[in-house]
Amino acid sequence: MPEEGPYVGRPIERLEDAALLTGRGRYADDLPVRPDTLHAAILRSPHPHADILAIDTSAALKLPGVAAVITREEVTKLSSRFVVGVKQALDCWALAVDRVRYVGEPIAVVLAEDRYVAEDALERIAVEYRPLAAVVDPRAAASAESPRLFPAVGSNVVSERTFVYGEPDGQFAAAERTVALTVDYPRNSCTPIEGYVVVADYNPADGVYDVLANFQGPFSLHPVMARALNVPGNRLRLRTPPDSGGSFGVKQGVFPYVVLMAVASRVAGRPVKWVEDRLEHLVGSVSATNRVIRIEAAVAADGVVKAMRWDQMEDCGAYLRAPEPATLYRMHGNLTGAYAIRHLAVKNRVVVTNKLPTGLNRGFGGPQVYFALERLMQRIAVELRLDPLEVIRRNLVPHHAFPHRAPAGALLDSGDYQTAVARAVEEGGLDALRKKREALRAEGRCYGIGFAAIVEPSVSNMGYITTVMTPGERRKAGPKNGAHATATVAIDPLGGVTVHAASTPQGQGHRTVLSQVVADVFGLKPEEIRVNLELDTQKDAWSIASGNYSSRFAPAVAGTAYLAAQRLRERLARIAAQQLNVRPEDIEFADGKIFARGNPDNAASFSRIAGTSHWAPGTLPSGMAPALRDTVFWTPPQLEAPSEADEINSSAAYGFIFDFCGVEIDRDTGTIRIDKYVTMHDAGRILNPRLVDGQIRGGFAQGVGAALYEKLAYGDDGAFLSGTFADYLVPTACEVPDPVILHMETPSPFTPLGAKGVGEGNNMSTPVCLANAVADALGVAEIALPLTKSRVAALIQGEERAPAPRARGLQR
Amino acid sequence: MPRLSAACRHRVSLTLNGKAVSGWAEPRMLLSDFLRHALGATGTHVGCENGICGACTIKLDGRAARSCLMLAVQAEGRRIDTVESLGAADQLSTLQAAFRRHHALQCGFCTPGILMSLDDYLRRHPDPTEEEIRALLSGHLCRCTGYTGIVQAALEAAAALREEKPGA
Repeated sequence: MPEEGPYVGRPIERLEDAALLTGRGRYADDLPVRPDTLHAAILRSPHPHADILAIDTSAALKLPGVAAVITREEVTKLSSRFVVGVKQALDCWALAVDRVRYVGEPIAVVLAEDRYVAEDALERIAVEYRPLAAVVDPRAAASAESPRLFPAVGSNVVSERTFVYGEPDGQFAAAERTVALTVDYPRNSCTPIEGYVVVADYNPADGVYDVLANFQGPFSLHPVMARALNVPGNRLRLRTPPDSGGSFGVKQGVFPYVVLMAVASRVAGRPVKWVEDRLEHLVGSVSATNRVIRIEAAVAADGVVKAMRWDQMEDCGAYLRAPEPATLYRMHGNLTGAYAIRHLAVKNRVVVTNKLPTGLNRGFGGPQVYFALERLMQRIAVELRLDPLEVIRRNLVPHHAFPHRAPAGALLDSGDYQTAVARAVEEGGLDALRKKREALRAEGRCYGIGFAAIVEPSVSNMGYITTVMTPGERRKAGPKNGAHATATVAIDPLGGVTVHAASTPQGQGHRTVLSQVVADVFGLKPEEIRVNLELDTQKDAWSIASGNYSSRFAPAVAGTAYLAAQRLRERLARIAAQQLNVRPEDIEFADGKIFARGNPDNAASFSRIAGTSHWAPGTLPSGMAPALRDTVFWTPPQLEAPSEADEINSSAAYGFIFDFCGVEIDRDTGTIRIDKYVTMHDAGRILNPRLVDGQIRGGFAQGVGAALYEKLAYGDDGAFLSGTFADYLVPTACEVPDPVILHMETPSPFTPLGAKGVGEGNNMSTPVCLANAVADALGVAEIALPLTKSRVAALIQGEERAPAPRARGLQR
Repeated sequence: MPRLSAACRHRVSLTLNGKAVSGWAEPRMLLSDFLRHALGATGTHVGCENGICGACTIKLDGRAARSCLMLAVQAEGRRIDTVESLGAADQLSTLQAAFRRHHALQCGFCTPGILMSLDDYLRRHPDPTEEEIRALLSGHLCRCTGYTGIVQAALEAAAALREEKPGA
């Protein structure tokens, strides 16, 4: 570790860890509540699709300790339908009103003196259902014969748009070859180990809902919640706890429960606390989307892709909860990936089915898109008898082209993809891996190599979701764009520096990185900077883009904290210049001192200069604002609203990832062993290498899970089949190998510190890289995730045959 | 074993992190809930209540155990150690310091359970292989780290503890 120079770029240890390692974290369920707080338990639907004929809560209310039961009556009286992102009457309330549409949908909330009693009371609620036919497969749901989830809407296809960029039809007509592939990306979830927690308290005296929740943003959902509660934004005070037990996007999905518990608190006249359990989390929190994609490329004989066609059918589950259908549009601008493809046609459909509604999950649209795109690149190589790596290389955006405008509108900010690939091949030892493959295959063993090259978008444009609307609808609605980040830096009377930012971290170490950034600006040590990242919408700076998603911390939030600190530094330099009799531009900050350049003896302590604006504002240079506190809002100008031609720069920065891996498959058991995994990242300037590698390893492990184990499984009848961690299989230390991590740093020209996001990339690249290796090992075209042993065995040996009748069981 | 009435609360007395404590619990109350909400020892976390994720792991009479799979009343008269029994924030234990050095935690929610499992295991197996550490850790789910840092921290702590107590 370098001992000199800036703290930014050093792998310093985390400021967060001492508390978390000693049991002194303060997670939402650890915080004190008022003594009269009621505890909530939720009755959930056992049916995937049914009309609710009657709900009888009388027996539950008679149970000693039960204070109230909340049902559709209270919810429809005290709240409104949630705003929906498409122009369709997709009624969505905080709990079921006339109909349940997925197993696990909330129907009633019991409020009792403790959780045990509340759960007892759930068993005493009688609900009369009229079961309806359910549909779980998006293709079936889209058919005319399918049961309809929303009779008023007329179809389960609730949004359909087509897009044409360039002249894809002409390219396909003239193409030497076309290669096509259909993939069916499954449902999974990143399942934080801490579930949702909400503590709601309605104060009738001033009409304010005061809610503490381990919500992670985006805070564009704050207006959604406030409108559902029929209050102005300033009457919904939303607060977040100091610590959060992981999110990976998933804690976005707590927002309907915020509204539900807020209503419950108002009905009961007391604070209400709800802690989600694991079954509730798996059945009823939020899922990533499953998606059916047909992708087709027009290809020259050398493997250069001339044009692409995408046909995407997105399954958002039973309701279109905000910000959906964002998963489908988050990657829209960069659907051509890391490739210089100029012609593109896209057809997007959004379908509702009788499954858990979808929402944010790490990777957010990337795993689905890259599974199709990088499987296609592998298929192009196979069908054209080319080397898959060569096909990738021939199509990459060239180094001289940055910033590169992709056909659908992404402005790829910076990079050198060829060099990244070349370095990974060299430093990751691809030649040796290829030799190993040949040697093992010569022994009759089953071994394959896979590749994936992707761009990792970060800092989502708040306007990308409006690409789901037609240009005409957008004109009516008014433009949406940008991605305001905000940070506040304050100086106290003793010269202590405190930082606040609206980044709602969930374990990423934001406090540590912000302390590094701000310490450098003031010439202090990171441990001298106090960073508080609790968010209180009534007191702190925030905007709709606030929160912890789309990998926006390093590129946007950390950069904004830098800008806020710089503003204070400029003022402190003027104050110091006056006291030290030099020009402000000759003032330097280092080692806790402020001094004249070239004459370090002409100095004052940082704390003395920093305290001046508190203790002696009359002595400040005339006309200057005091150096007390500064809040900066920053949004990159490149994030424009969608154009009339539907071009959208959906993200502010685009990192590059190139992965390759070797896997060996046991032909007898179908077991996949990851022999080697190399992942090269160019995420711009690295602020803390330790934390960056941590993000990569975490995303990689989740990518391994998605590739090999994880599926939120439903029966054909809509029954939910994965309600525990014994059913929904998350990889353990025995299943996750150590990846070889390589770095390049091509700074982003568009972010204050040159940083790009890094947290989601391997969730996007790893599933398809492993799938490509399995395809290479087995020589098969159709690969479906997760690659469970039984699925791999079926690929090797064909579908399992039913046993002969005679062999079944013992004869009696 | 005493017969306890389901209808009322019972005083449960135990030794928590070396101190005698007591609280009231219905017979059905989980030990994890009792520790967190009756005794205020919120360092122990609850992640699944099925005994799978391992976040709630504590030491019961010195051996790692899932507090979500025990009733509070079963802890009567026993010795319970939780993450709060390890080093203090300004004086981390060897294992805790290794976790910080190797970035073996991110959100920290699964961490207390992993620390308690390792604390028990390393006492009984002072010289584990990486494979053995991974096998032990397979009883814990971590969604943030990918486990690499945890494995490295455990191996480094084991080596350091062997030096601190040679021959132990």
